[in-house]
Amino acid sequence: MTADLEIARLEKSFGATRVVRDFNLAIAKGEFVSLLGPSGCGKTTVLRIVAGFETATAGTVGIGGQDVTGLRPNQRNVGMVFQAYALFPNLTVAQNVGFGLRVKGVPRAEIRARVAEMLELIGLADLGGRYPFQLSGGQQQRVALARALAPRPRVLLLDEPLSALDAKIRVALRNEIRAIQRALGITTIFVTHDQEEALSISDRIVVMNGGMAEQVGTPFEVYNRPATRFVATFVGSLNTFEARAEDPAAGRVSLAGVSLRLAGPLAARPGDPVGLALRPEQLYLGRGPGHEVVLPARIEEVAFLGSVIRLRVSAAGARLALDTFNRSDSPPPPVGSTAEVSFSARDMIVLGA
Amino acid sequence: MTRLAAALVLLLGVLYFALPLYGMTEFSLRMRRGVYSLDAYRVVLADPQFQETFAYSAFMALVTIVVGVVLVVPTAYWVRLYLPRLRPVVEFITLLPLVIPPIVIVFGYIRLYNTSSFLPLTGSSSGTTLLLLFGYTVLALPYMYRAVDTGLRAIDVRTLTEAAQSLGAGWITIMGRIILPNVLVAVLSGAFLTFAIVMGEFVMAALLNRPAFGPYLQLTGANKAYEPAALAVIAFAITWASMGLIQLVTRFQKFARAER
Repeated sequence: MTADLEIARLEKSFGATRVVRDFNLAIAKGEFVSLLGPSGCGKTTVLRIVAGFETATAGTVGIGGQDVTGLRPNQRNVGMVFQAYALFPNLTVAQNVGFGLRVKGVPRAEIRARVAEMLELIGLADLGGRYPFQLSGGQQQRVALARALAPRPRVLLLDEPLSALDAKIRVALRNEIRAIQRALGITTIFVTHDQEEALSISDRIVVMNGGMAEQVGTPFEVYNRPATRFVATFVGSLNTFEARAEDPAAGRVSLAGVSLRLAGPLAARPGDPVGLALRPEQLYLGRGPGHEVVLPARIEEVAFLGSVIRLRVSAAGARLALDTFNRSDSPPPPVGSTAEVSFSARDMIVLGA
Repeated sequence: MTRLAAALVLLLGVLYFALPLYGMTEFSLRMRRGVYSLDAYRVVLADPQFQETFAYSAFMALVTIVVGVVLVVPTAYWVRLYLPRLRPVVEFITLLPLVIPPIVIVFGYIRLYNTSSFLPLTGSSSGTTLLLLFGYTVLALPYMYRAVDTGLRAIDVRTLTEAAQSLGAGWITIMGRIILPNVLVAVLSGAFLTFAIVMGEFVMAALLNRPAFGPYLQLTGANKAYEPAALAVIAFAITWASMGLIQLVTRFQKFARAER
């Protein structure tokens, strides 16, 4: 993989506070990478350093093989979309979209053609003459996207662009952003604190915590094989268990007196405590095929969410979350009833440090 | 009862302001014995000295506005963007002209820039005019800075700046195409206030011996009967026109209803 955007050994401190520590990331051309993490984890700071709005304390940022660390924001040729839209209130939609081209000194006719093309792309072809205040939030953010893309930037930076929108528009617009990004093949960094957003549209996700990248991987990897305890708990919901290692090399642990064999070997000594976790959808109502652990359980709560039914059950002295798909021929079990739940130890996630 | 009292107080207030105005205007129309006429206005407007001093002050007001805008808009913008902690200090400095009387400022100038100083600005007519311009800029500072700062508060200066930067814009483009147009109404409010202040200013112009409108008003007032009243009405009209224009530009801004 040749990196189109390369961030190496990035450090950023504000006074005595280190907000970004030893951050490394290489992004291939056309890749869509999300920086995911709780607020204050340093994700926006990384994005702002790439854009040039913050100066790194140490480390480098390279775009297309060029070191841009020392360049001013207006010399970097990156497109940025902000959470607060940041459309120029005194310019029309068309003038907003054409702003970057005008600054570059592109001939008028060419600007007009490009603006028309961009407005077509975002589906607002006939709103070029409107002012930002005459548009809805979703429309404003689309215009902001078109404005960022019009000068053909080398990299597209999206700083929580969907946070200010309501739920339905958020989903529609994120799919639209992804489709446009794919069509243009532009290298993109997307900052979000919303895991569902990150999981649904990214090629890769960087999960950040305390200024560091805890894990970099595809949404599938991050969700199913979290590298750290933080990643496991931050991305998706979990049932956690404390077990003891029996035969670490063979991946054997003892959980509530039952001996289980995990998917891989453990980096622990016999007798050490081992944190284990199970996603709600890995826990099965009834006896699942190939599930070696079967527990009697009592249904405590039933939440019908449409396609998914989320149950809370008490089993083996713990309260567990269990997700099951809705099926029109089998209604969810009533609260207070007893049932069996099962899972396979191979699906268990070992929680690291 | 309270409504009646309020109405009474309001009436008294209106009378307090309106009666002298009425009296002055009425008097200005009585130059010709026995009938109302505009003779006093005709005499004043035909006076070459009126035309000269009025033109001089109007010109000074316009230059003061330009200097004020060039000085205040980037300063207020910079303070808001990069030095927010200095805002109280800058605000204090801009308010000083309200506390320090113009006579103190102008004596300071004369002392600093007299003909035996290292920069003898008072030695020439153009130098003194320049000093007067500085003085006017200082006088207008509180109004200009307040107006512009309020205008900047209404927009997200930082994000708009960053958006423009990421699109390749430099400082001049950002100031000229994004910041200034978005605070234009505020700048115009400051500008009209400045115009009104400069047109009526007396102390600085008199002590620096410049042919401005204020000293001319005083001179006419000391020597004539009906003309000063006509002049006062004209000066008052200028002030009110300026205030009216502030209202007008606020209302006619195309994107004024922007959700900011």
